[in-house]
Amino acid sequence: MIIPRLAFRNVWGAGLRTWLNVISLSFAFVAIIFLQGLYNGMSRQVEKATMDAQYAGGHYWQEDYDPYDPLTLDDAHAVVPPALADQVAAGDAVPILVRPATIYPNGRFQNALLKGIPPDQSVLTIPTHVLSGDETGIPALIGHRMARTTGLVKGDYVTVRWRDAGGTFDADEIRIAEVMQTDVSGIDFGQLWIPLEKLRAMTTMPGQATFMVLRRGSPFKESVPGWKHRDLDFLLKDLRALFMSKSLGGSVFYIVLLLLAMLAIFNTQVLSVFRRRKEMGTLMALGMTRQKVIALFTLEGAMYAVLAGLAAAVYGLPLLLYMATHGFGLPEATDNFGFAMGNRIFPTYTAGLILGTTLLVLVVTTVVSYLPTRKIAKLNPTDALKGKRP
Amino acid sequence: MDEQRTDMNNNSNPIIIRTDHVRKTFPMGPTTLVALDDISLDFKRGGFAGLVGPSGSGKTTLLNIIGSLDVPTSGNAMVLGRRVESLSHKQSAALRNRHIGFIFQTFNLLPVYTVFENVEFPLLLQNLAGSRRRKLVMDALEWVGLADRADSRPGQLSGGQSQRVAIARAVVKKPELVLADEPTANLDAKNSHHIMRTMVHLNENLGITFIFATHDEKVMGYLKREITLNDGRVAQDRAIAGRTT
Repeated sequence: MIIPRLAFRNVWGAGLRTWLNVISLSFAFVAIIFLQGLYNGMSRQVEKATMDAQYAGGHYWQEDYDPYDPLTLDDAHAVVPPALADQVAAGDAVPILVRPATIYPNGRFQNALLKGIPPDQSVLTIPTHVLSGDETGIPALIGHRMARTTGLVKGDYVTVRWRDAGGTFDADEIRIAEVMQTDVSGIDFGQLWIPLEKLRAMTTMPGQATFMVLRRGSPFKESVPGWKHRDLDFLLKDLRALFMSKSLGGSVFYIVLLLLAMLAIFNTQVLSVFRRRKEMGTLMALGMTRQKVIALFTLEGAMYAVLAGLAAAVYGLPLLLYMATHGFGLPEATDNFGFAMGNRIFPTYTAGLILGTTLLVLVVTTVVSYLPTRKIAKLNPTDALKGKRP
Repeated sequence: MDEQRTDMNNNSNPIIIRTDHVRKTFPMGPTTLVALDDISLDFKRGGFAGLVGPSGSGKTTLLNIIGSLDVPTSGNAMVLGRRVESLSHKQSAALRNRHIGFIFQTFNLLPVYTVFENVEFPLLLQNLAGSRRRKLVMDALEWVGLADRADSRPGQLSGGQSQRVAIARAVVKKPELVLADEPTANLDAKNSHHIMRTMVHLNENLGITFIFATHDEKVMGYLKREITLNDGRVAQDRAIAGRTT
């Protein structure tokens, strides 16, 4: 226990030099935890919002359906299979019919997807209830991004053209029943949600759907002929990959911060080994072995990480806690970031994140502290007492 | 026996240091510097001896070998029953820690420690209990008259006070041997005498053997044995009449 005690005395006694290192390292500490917490929180929010509004408990896709290939949409429809009928009847599965269409907002034409959904569904958090009660017209629900790009507002009418099951073009006017605020761009961009039965009637596709959304917790059927089972791992794969790439990009920032802090500590250690040779000689003369002197100087460096952790706790904890409860406001432009982000991100910090960061900083600091002290092993006590270089 | 070797073993005090044909050389570019040449000396327990001579005569080198900070190039040095040249780093560190105290010309106090902590340092290495350490440190500070400065930092002390702290640090573990390298070189006459009187007192009361490396006349005035080195060889070895223990 003598070495930690002496190391603490030396570090504490070094005054300003110590505090400069500790403060810079604590910034890195807080920044790493904050940024990782931010990405964690973002990841959770994104997944939750996406699942709530788009994927729920998973999908069944009509076997021809490929959301990344619009050309498959013409054929991607089939009658809801009997195997899923009971879940649909119980409200645990929502059939959605997707048809390509063209709309003409403000005299311009734009490709869009008509998505038919039962207005009374409760599996997705889309406010489809606004589609109820209009028996004669075609009410449509659009997202705020769609509204912005088309210039449509609630109550507007817009011409829509589509093809029915036989390939015949038809057109009508639809009324924008509501513009929904949603974090999930996957239910927003280029999409008009209309009552399922209306769309089935418009396209002469009675009882048909393109995909089915299962309520979370509702069991998957083993095999449904003509339909492909897509679980959440599959559906969220792209989102997670996208998220991972964003997260890696963001980590560059804290790696730079950490490197700067490490540079400061390395520099201090190099200076210590250079400037404190006489002290090393004295320690050896007083009976300290070289190994203990190396351990002492390495521990002094590592102790910066410990003190930085404490300093980070003093100002970082309240700050991080505040961010976790009040969130982090995002600018409007992040709507186009590529995944569902709310107006505020709430960082989440796990014990693993905090322990992992602490361990990372401690290990890196110890290694950086140790490297310059290896020279002490070559130090002759008599040379050290004279202040000669190792 | 060698002609250089003085017959100092004429009383009950045993010999605790014996150098036998010690030679120490240092490479100096293409040549070799001979710092010590054929040094054979004995030192008895309780002695108060000085290695005197001009700069470069080998005083500090011999002191370093006796203190197991260095090893002879040839010959051997027996210190407190251990052969210095055959000790491992760990063994020589243990020898220094437990049995040998050092006093340096520039005091070599640890600047971030208080006076108390500086004196306590050798005891910490011995893993002594806190209460025991405290008593020994305060005793040592009493011996050198600095008990009231226990909480001061080295930067707040005068040169004389700093050297007295260094003495306290050297003797706090009650070593058998204290090696002092030019202990008064950075002190004025008054402080030099004060320091020397302190060491004489410790020598006489605690029975600690002191060996000095010095060319300070004031120090020589207190020595009980004076070994003059010249160009790495013993030029003279004499007991000072009336001062022998």
